[in-house]
Amino acid sequence: MKDMSCKLLVIGAGPAGYVCAIRAGQLGIDTVIVEAKKPGGTCLNVGCIPSKALIHAANEFERAARLADGKSPLGIVAGAPRLDLAKTVRWKDGIVGRLTGGVAGLLKKSGVKIVEGWGRFIDGKTIEAETEMGVQVIRAEQVVIATGSEAAALPNLPFGGAVISSAEALALTSLPDRLIVVGAGYIGLELGTAFAKLGSTVHIVEAQSRILPQYDAELTEPVTRRLRELGVTVLTGARAKRLAPKAGGLLVETSDGQAVTLPADRILVAAGRKPLTEGWGLDAIDLDMDGPFIRIDGQCRTSMRGVYAIGDVTGEPMLAHRAFAQGAMVAEIAAGKKRSWDKVCIPAVCFTDPEIVSAGLSPEAARAAGIEVKTAIFPFRANGRAMTLENETGFIRVTARAGSHLLLGIHGVGAGIAELSAGFGLALEMGARLEDIAATVHVHPTQSEGLLEAALKALGHPIHI
Amino acid sequence: MGELVLKLPDVGEGIAEAELVEWHVKIGDLVREDAPLAAVMTDKATVEIPSPAEGEVVWLGAEVGDRIAVGAGLVRLRTPAQERVTATATAREPPMAAAGAAGHTGSGAGARPSAASRNEPPPAAIRPPEAVPSQPVEGVRHSAAAPHEGGKPVASPAVRLRARDAGVDLRQVHGTGPAGRITYEDLDAFLARGSRTAPVQAMQARTSVEDIKLVGLRRKVAEKMSAANTHIPHITYVEEVDVTALEELRAKLNLEKRQDAPKLTLLPFLMRALVRAIAGQPHLNALFDDEAGVLHQHAGVHIGIAAQTPAGLMVPVVKHAEALDLWACAAELNRLAEAARAGTATRGELSGSTITVTSLGSLGGFVSTPIINYPEVAIVGVNKITMRPVWNGAEFVPRKIMNLSSSFDHRVVDGWDAAHFVQRIKALLETPALIFVNG
Repeated sequence: MKDMSCKLLVIGAGPAGYVCAIRAGQLGIDTVIVEAKKPGGTCLNVGCIPSKALIHAANEFERAARLADGKSPLGIVAGAPRLDLAKTVRWKDGIVGRLTGGVAGLLKKSGVKIVEGWGRFIDGKTIEAETEMGVQVIRAEQVVIATGSEAAALPNLPFGGAVISSAEALALTSLPDRLIVVGAGYIGLELGTAFAKLGSTVHIVEAQSRILPQYDAELTEPVTRRLRELGVTVLTGARAKRLAPKAGGLLVETSDGQAVTLPADRILVAAGRKPLTEGWGLDAIDLDMDGPFIRIDGQCRTSMRGVYAIGDVTGEPMLAHRAFAQGAMVAEIAAGKKRSWDKVCIPAVCFTDPEIVSAGLSPEAARAAGIEVKTAIFPFRANGRAMTLENETGFIRVTARAGSHLLLGIHGVGAGIAELSAGFGLALEMGARLEDIAATVHVHPTQSEGLLEAALKALGHPIHI
Repeated sequence: MGELVLKLPDVGEGIAEAELVEWHVKIGDLVREDAPLAAVMTDKATVEIPSPAEGEVVWLGAEVGDRIAVGAGLVRLRTPAQERVTATATAREPPMAAAGAAGHTGSGAGARPSAASRNEPPPAAIRPPEAVPSQPVEGVRHSAAAPHEGGKPVASPAVRLRARDAGVDLRQVHGTGPAGRITYEDLDAFLARGSRTAPVQAMQARTSVEDIKLVGLRRKVAEKMSAANTHIPHITYVEEVDVTALEELRAKLNLEKRQDAPKLTLLPFLMRALVRAIAGQPHLNALFDDEAGVLHQHAGVHIGIAAQTPAGLMVPVVKHAEALDLWACAAELNRLAEAARAGTATRGELSGSTITVTSLGSLGGFVSTPIINYPEVAIVGVNKITMRPVWNGAEFVPRKIMNLSSSFDHRVVDGWDAAHFVQRIKALLETPALIFVNG
């Protein structure tokens, strides 16, 4: 095949790569993107989007089931719901198909050339892509590595057979009767909760002493309570040892040292994700690493001139919106603009039940950094809109500098609270003070009033509590 | 207490040393992690060196203007940590304009340490936190260089973007908003201060001699000029051009132009004339690699326009003038001049010329001896337009006359070529219709 050359070559069309390529195309840079699979990466194909589809279906099913028992205080009685999981998965696949097709269309519209194949570095400026038509050599002035991440396997529980990763869990067409989830991070909890709502018996095995160990206990407490309500058994401080000798179970060492066998049809290993640093020729260019990740600076530059890295391969937090922002920034840097990573925060959401939003510093983290803080919580049980939605669990919490009242963090837990994350992020990026929030008119009746009230409470004069 | 020696990081491809152009700290300063310590300049860019850790500056390894080898000690910090470590900071690629703006934003003499204090780190322990006036004292140390509590300046994303485009380090800007937030107006005020001139002193005999070390852009200009003048045997050729017709045309075009069209100066006409003259003598639009003995003759005409900016001499480049019409030349010229003046021109816009025009406008004088923009082979200097009496064979008539003083690299351009080139430009400018006629 004839060699190609371009100004900017992006390896991987996940959230980091495709945004980088589209933005570069918009800026008139001659851009090529290499991707072996469908565009959209983990996020669109086997991550954020399909899991949100499954969670929505599970919520709807669970709601219908609650109406069927005749005890709904709303006075609604409905028949017992039935689930056609294969149809649910087809619906989910339809959404994924629309989105990945949309990304391909956006890439083309912005003038980006797409090479379908597996790319591999020959040197810092040359990539070989294995395509269906043969090996395509691409030479580029600047290269962006956006190879993403993959589910981390446990050595004692390799994927295969009953042991599945989140990608396979999202494609199951029949419901497992008994599901064990290894790992109580956000992926394990989101999927474990969804399967429990759909009717599986779910056990969650977590080595640490509590669920969602990256979040503070105050935030995760309502999630723990809800899991108990849903009949999910959470074993904390427990270690998944290996498959039980007889088929269909997992050997677990519990927190008190006892060995128990949990029966299971499927074992979902959600023990985090690891950067994809193999199989694309990293050894050919020998970049400086930062642990398992590629080391980058404030402009996503690696240790090699003209080679950038963005997205999950560059480290935590491994989130699509961080990848989007890095991708756009690198495209602008490649176009000669002055850009540097200066975000105040990268908000994060767990689509658990209830949802958790984290933006900026928690009170603990701020105090640990030696900052004197003012913090206040407004519970949704004092919020009218939350009552009318039967969403009284949870709260919004603000954390600000004690002296200047500059907001350092806004956190919350509650049903549907993910949509409030934009406001949280905006307040932090704009450098808002508690007084700014307090003086902003918030719509009544909405759950967002919780932010206003939390700010007022931190200032010492809440109205509704 | 630990000590940390920060070494000059590898700031660029194949660069073995860099020039220290500014200290942001002095001995005794408490710095935070990531606070800018110094700015160094390489052939390619000015690079900010951030602090790898929090600590007290106890030793500075160089003075402004010194050339420092990559890997040489730059700063010694006394850190709260126990161990003594050596760090190589990651260099932060900075805005282009930082090169020029350094002289305006820097802390000047206060940042220059005396030789004695540089070599003798004082054995003082870290001082207690310095309180920042009007802000409450908090449990975090403030450094003198970073007036923003928590180290990171508080500013909205739009303000941050604008600062980045203007090459301003927000840590140097005083925020007047709530919680020290930097507003748009604060940035305006900061940028305005940057171009303020020193007050004029009263009349008196002065006997002092000030030694001014050439640093940053000034030093680059000096090096480039001496390289050009040492390497290139210049031949300078001066000819007068009757621009009466051209000035009439220009005035008419400006009078009747569309409102959104740029105002025409003489330069766009000269650029179009250059493009036509180069079509006949393409070897004058070239870069001469004298070591390899190769003349790189370019098909694209990229005209550098020497311009005086607050930061010093800059040469923004109008790329592909052959593909731009008169109005497009004028628009691009305006845009670049504005960007160069504002310090927002990108490196791409300040490099890549194949021939240069130098014009001082009404300061253009009668004759100049332009120095070629090495490694180009020709530079066209524009002198002032003056009304002069010209004998037309029957009487003296007032005509607008302008001299062109042009220099050529005599190694690759013969006198005949030079004369022919300038005569061709003269013919085009004297009968401006020729500029626009094909063939």
